[in-house]
Amino acid sequence: MGYEMLKGLTKKLFATSPGIIGVGAFIGVFAPLLQKWGNPGNMGVCVACFERDIAGAIGLHRAAVVQYMRPEIIGFVLGALIAAYVFREFRPRTGSAPIARFVLGAFAMIGALVFLGCPWRAMLRLTGGDGNAIFGFLGLIAGIWIGTRFLKGGYDLGRVQPTHTSVGWLLPLTMIGFLVLMLVFPPVSGQNQSGVLFYSNQGPGSMHAPVIVSLIVGLAVGFLAQRSRFCTMGAFRDLILFRQIHLFSGVVALLIAAFITNLIVGQFHPGFAKQPVAHTMALWNFGGMVLAGLAFCLAGGCPGRQLFMAGEGDGDAAIFVLGMIVGAGFSHNFGLASSPKGVGPHGIAAVITGLLVCLFIGFTMRKRIA
Amino acid sequence: MDNMVDARGLSCPQPVMMTMNEIRKLGKGEVVILVDTDTSRENVSRAAKSQGWQVKSVDSEGTGYRITIAKD
Repeated sequence: MGYEMLKGLTKKLFATSPGIIGVGAFIGVFAPLLQKWGNPGNMGVCVACFERDIAGAIGLHRAAVVQYMRPEIIGFVLGALIAAYVFREFRPRTGSAPIARFVLGAFAMIGALVFLGCPWRAMLRLTGGDGNAIFGFLGLIAGIWIGTRFLKGGYDLGRVQPTHTSVGWLLPLTMIGFLVLMLVFPPVSGQNQSGVLFYSNQGPGSMHAPVIVSLIVGLAVGFLAQRSRFCTMGAFRDLILFRQIHLFSGVVALLIAAFITNLIVGQFHPGFAKQPVAHTMALWNFGGMVLAGLAFCLAGGCPGRQLFMAGEGDGDAAIFVLGMIVGAGFSHNFGLASSPKGVGPHGIAAVITGLLVCLFIGFTMRKRIA
Repeated sequence: MDNMVDARGLSCPQPVMMTMNEIRKLGKGEVVILVDTDTSRENVSRAAKSQGWQVKSVDSEGTGYRITIAKD
């Protein structure tokens, strides 16, 4: 069988239901396993948490318990980059209201950190028995639903332009730079700093699987998800807008696979109180994710999907990612992020501000109707 | 060509929404959709099929694709 033919077949397979279900199941199995291998509880491969840890590792915030250069995030981008090159889908592009995407990224992160997790973590928490995640999950769906109203009303950030190949490489190169920094300045036991990087000695930031394992799983997820276009926001958006279950089937697969894996490895502990890295304030678990879900929907992808698109050359998705990392800095510096004790001192004000900003973006950025 | 949807430079869900609008407007006939990513190509084809339309051809055009869908 020729290489081209094999590639054509693989392409077809990933665009079909077995493709998207397979990828959802892959994440569903390996995220809980990464917890088994050292990552924090019910966090697996949480994109929001791990970008927040990266923001901490480079000192954008100084919350000593959440600082670590997460190789999973680096792997997601580089895995998607490799897949995009192998299948000739690397398309450098940018110019669809980048500043709006940056702001959406920042507030998406602020909302996610009030709940304490991205959509992936909402599912991992749910399948680990954390009942508080139910409210986050409902908030996510509500936020996406609001976003679909804007889409129906003509909301549109405008067309992208093709650009230099090197533009598409900037975020992947940043990730390679992060990896190099981590190799040059590896964690030193008992020390909070190694060269320019910060490393947590305690708390979630100190919990991690071996670097090489994290990186390999990250690369695999990035590669597979680029192929299948796995997106948790798109799953609900397409279901609401078009009654289409394609992406949704991937989400269901993730939920089932994660639940089974958690049961097998003994990580299913049902309840509300004392869940790992979670609080019990139902309203703000909901509210934080309304904000995050709306911001994801207005920006066209969940945090994971934004990383994969950035890997295939989408400069606007890269801006969203940078917005999330900077948003994590604000979250912890301004006391917006929640902790197991509950919401931060200014978390509620930040959610309300973020919702107003999203409404402003949603109402004012519409196609000109001729 | 009579019915043309230019979704180049737009990302999901815009290309699908534009295609669906055209499908609803026409009811039947032939529509050509221009997209410039593989994701949009897959999404538009999938959406058309879900509405009972046939994907007649997908041709490379420039850096993107020209998708022709039809329903009798």
